[in-house]
Amino acid sequence: MIKALGNFGELLRGGWITTRHFVVNMIFHVLRLFHVRTRRAGAVTWQYPEQKKPLAARHRSLHRLTTREGGKPRCVACMLCATVCPSECIAIEAAEDPDPEIQKYPSSFVIDLNRCCFCGFCVEACPEDAIRMDTGVIDIAQTSHADLVFGLDKLLK
Amino acid sequence: MTDIWILLVKIVLALVWFLVLALYLTWAERKESAVIQDRVGANRASFFGFQILGLFQPFADAIKMIFKEDFVPPFSRKAFHTLAPFLSFFFVAVTVAAIPFGDDIRLGGKTISLQVFDGNVGLLFVLAMLSLGIYGIIVSGWASNSRYALLGGIRGAAQLISYEVSLGLSLVGLIMVFPSLRMSEIVRAQGALLFGFLPKWGVVLQPLGCLVFFFAALAETKRVPFDMPEGESEIIGFFAEYGGLKWGLFMFTDFIEILIVAALMTTLFFGGWQVPWLGANGFSFPWGGTWHLAPWLVTVFQVAAFNLKVFFFCWLQILIRWTYPRFRYDQLMNLGWKLFVPLSLLNIVGTAIVLSL
Repeated sequence: MIKALGNFGELLRGGWITTRHFVVNMIFHVLRLFHVRTRRAGAVTWQYPEQKKPLAARHRSLHRLTTREGGKPRCVACMLCATVCPSECIAIEAAEDPDPEIQKYPSSFVIDLNRCCFCGFCVEACPEDAIRMDTGVIDIAQTSHADLVFGLDKLLK
Repeated sequence: MTDIWILLVKIVLALVWFLVLALYLTWAERKESAVIQDRVGANRASFFGFQILGLFQPFADAIKMIFKEDFVPPFSRKAFHTLAPFLSFFFVAVTVAAIPFGDDIRLGGKTISLQVFDGNVGLLFVLAMLSLGIYGIIVSGWASNSRYALLGGIRGAAQLISYEVSLGLSLVGLIMVFPSLRMSEIVRAQGALLFGFLPKWGVVLQPLGCLVFFFAALAETKRVPFDMPEGESEIIGFFAEYGGLKWGLFMFTDFIEILIVAALMTTLFFGGWQVPWLGANGFSFPWGGTWHLAPWLVTVFQVAAFNLKVFFFCWLQILIRWTYPRFRYDQLMNLGWKLFVPLSLLNIVGTAIVLSL
């Protein structure tokens, strides 16, 4: 009984901590509700779809293919990215380019995002700086697997 | 005839009061826990695009639960399985009848007490109904015919019966101080002043009894520091075999119990509808000033004061639920039998000594 009474002080201390959090956060919430500029918000939450957290500069998001001046892809279909890909999600079909400086271009470049693990090896491997993962698009979920297979049309956008 | 109509209106108002408040307690619990943990809380439920702080969340929850399957396990005792949630809901819900919301009001030559059932055994009625609420737990545990539910039911019964003892004993001191079991009398007696300035509330006269009553009543609500019947992390609880609206009724019972405990704390220990220094004609402050108020304004003040106190105790209970980890089973029993029962007995003896001086 004596020991239990001794623990009562600790109970009060715990209650004080949660009460302090409640009161301080409520003050900030109410001030923000009346559009008073405060040092911080009442909660650490980011209201995601409306309020997006800035991504890190090196964040690996959805892939894109970079283009030359004419709008054609920089890719020369060297297959290095398809070779290095640990998920084996890149499928490239090469075709001959009339320009002798370029020689090859991808007639189809398909990334199967169902398989992609966003490791970024394809970006590292590319000798032409033709593929990048800097679009900042992170909400790429789809309702069917077929919609997650990205071809040249989507990657060049 | 008008008496029956008045009674009906009072019953409907009391029902609306506790159903709406219990509904919004679910919202308040989510929001308060979120604010305590530096989060925002449920705010997405919208009605035609309006999402005012997520105030439509309870309705979204209710609609979800209505459309869930009402599953009765084939191995259960079906009649009792269906009966149990209604038992546990009814006995808690009926307690609200004995709670006085304000002083008597005079309306067209009639004196109307703002209380549904002003019996001379009001306090015993409340205690009896809170105890009968155990049946909902035992019956649901037993009728589910599953080991986890039975374990939860038995634990719940053991816990509630243990804490019922200190709950009853902690009120004996209060009954000695305010010699009446009539709830309205207890509240009216708390309007007097002590030493000319201190309101004669139960908490002033019975601090120890108030503390023991509050913790025992917390244990009666079966929420987290005392959630042996549910024990989400080890057993699944007495409602393991329930789903949909029947489970929702159990959950709703929990929230009504919070409300009832808050209302009982207010009524018995914190002056009920009494506002300090507010009489029938307005305020008369101990430092000499007076502030006359119309009778209807006094009633408004009293009902508002009652509700404010109830809100405060609901807030406190939610705070306690989100602050403390749950007790182990033996710690719970030790706390009940070795701390609260001796403390409440000590309170009775102490009160008797002080009263006989």
